[in-house]
Amino acid sequence: MTGRVARVAAPLAVGAAVLAGWEWFVTARRIRPYLLPKPSAIWRQITLNASDILDAATVTGSNALAGLVAGSVLGILAALVASRFGLVNELLIPLAAAVNAMPIIALAPIFNNMFSTTSTVPRRLIVTVVVFFPLFVNVLRGLTQVAPIHRELMHSYAASGWAFARKVRLPNALPFLFTGLRLAASLAVIAAVVAEYFGGVQKGLGTRITSAASNTAYPRAWAYVAAACALGLVFYLAATLLERLATPWRARP
Amino acid sequence: MLAGVGESGAGTSPAAVELTGVGKVFAGRSGEVAALAGIDLTVVVGEFVTLIGPSGCGKSTLLRLVADLTEPTAGTLRVNGKSPRQARLDQDYGIAFQQAGLMDWRSVARNIELPLELRGWDRRRRRQRAVELLELVGLPEFADHRPSELSGGMQQRVAIARALAAGPRLLLMDEPFGALDEMTRERLQAELARICRETEASVVFVTHSIPEAVYLSDRVVVMSARPGRVTRTVDVELGERTEEIRGAPEFFAKVTEVREALRGRRGAGSVAEGAQR
Repeated sequence: MTGRVARVAAPLAVGAAVLAGWEWFVTARRIRPYLLPKPSAIWRQITLNASDILDAATVTGSNALAGLVAGSVLGILAALVASRFGLVNELLIPLAAAVNAMPIIALAPIFNNMFSTTSTVPRRLIVTVVVFFPLFVNVLRGLTQVAPIHRELMHSYAASGWAFARKVRLPNALPFLFTGLRLAASLAVIAAVVAEYFGGVQKGLGTRITSAASNTAYPRAWAYVAAACALGLVFYLAATLLERLATPWRARP
Repeated sequence: MLAGVGESGAGTSPAAVELTGVGKVFAGRSGEVAALAGIDLTVVVGEFVTLIGPSGCGKSTLLRLVADLTEPTAGTLRVNGKSPRQARLDQDYGIAFQQAGLMDWRSVARNIELPLELRGWDRRRRRQRAVELLELVGLPEFADHRPSELSGGMQQRVAIARALAAGPRLLLMDEPFGALDEMTRERLQAELARICRETEASVVFVTHSIPEAVYLSDRVVVMSARPGRVTRTVDVELGERTEEIRGAPEFFAKVTEVREALRGRRGAGSVAEGAQR
């Protein structure tokens, strides 16, 4: 019980200390607000713009979620195909590595030109591309790294390929899948926010950050940054919760 | 001679395991390695045979040949009168390894049920059988536990229950107690001896431990390395296995006999024979 309290209290205490230090530093050194606003000023902006922040977060959040789902489904399917066929495996891995190496910054303007300016599709596509790789790599690893003893046992039971996949490969891959998903959840939010920096629909946290910054309303820009941070955290925690529900057999620290 | 079909005379009932001139050569990077050569071995129905020998004598390979987990490069194998492949497809044997190899994502009972699921048993019958087997291996209250909640010895018992699940006529065991402490090991040996008496299964058992081999077996097959071959077989006729027997002089006499066979004192004949080849 004390362990659980400490686990929640410790990061909260550190966070509070950092905020207090920040406030003190900006006040004491008289840092100009366009360089670094005070946390209290940012908080004021958060409360003033609460409803707009919530709207913007909903827009960005749904883009991130749509892309996360699409990218996960594609990554899992590709891993299933790759694990089934050795040749496809060898073809897909360099391809996936190439996709991963591609900077999304390069994609955003191109995707924006491919669709109308009122479309959310380009942003979701970017998130999909970003999410694909961690899911693909992790699920593929889980599907192929079956314990030799489980392989031999199933062989001794004269199990069909399908039974082996269903009873060993897939459950074996689940923890790997969630490792990928946890990674991808935070990445999805980052990608959704950054994708908004490159034009398109004037909605969402990324858009609000750029417009506030260009109006020199720095505390407001920071308020939206804080919201993006919270959104990323929500995604990460949701992925962690899902992991706990789906793989109850794994020991938790 | 009015016994059932299963016992219709030694002449017609096939041996549990029959090996003639079996050899196995592994093709390695630095040339070929002969793991086994000229193995002749018959395990009759209901017999408990242990393979013992130094590391690298091919005893595990021999077991894996019987299980059709690998294929011989010479000689013929018959398992229940069939090819090992057919015997595996018919699931004539149950197998247990040094590692329990339980699946973390299944409960203890569902681990035992796995081979039954693959044979298409329905849920109720499977669960009933798992409960029976957990009773047999002394873990009746652990059906719904996770394997990770069990000690190594308990996990190994579950693995043995799983090997017994489909009621196989042949049990193949590759050092199943090798990773356990001495106390747990002796307790599990006694349990295995009882289970074998109750199920009347034939057993091929691989071990490093001389007392374990003598305690469990009807016959101990002593092997030597490079290439792995049978140097001697020791018949153990100790009657029913009890705890007292571990302290009996006849037990020690057999242990000594096996030890000397392993050292090659009385196996000198076959060493010479090996040299002639």
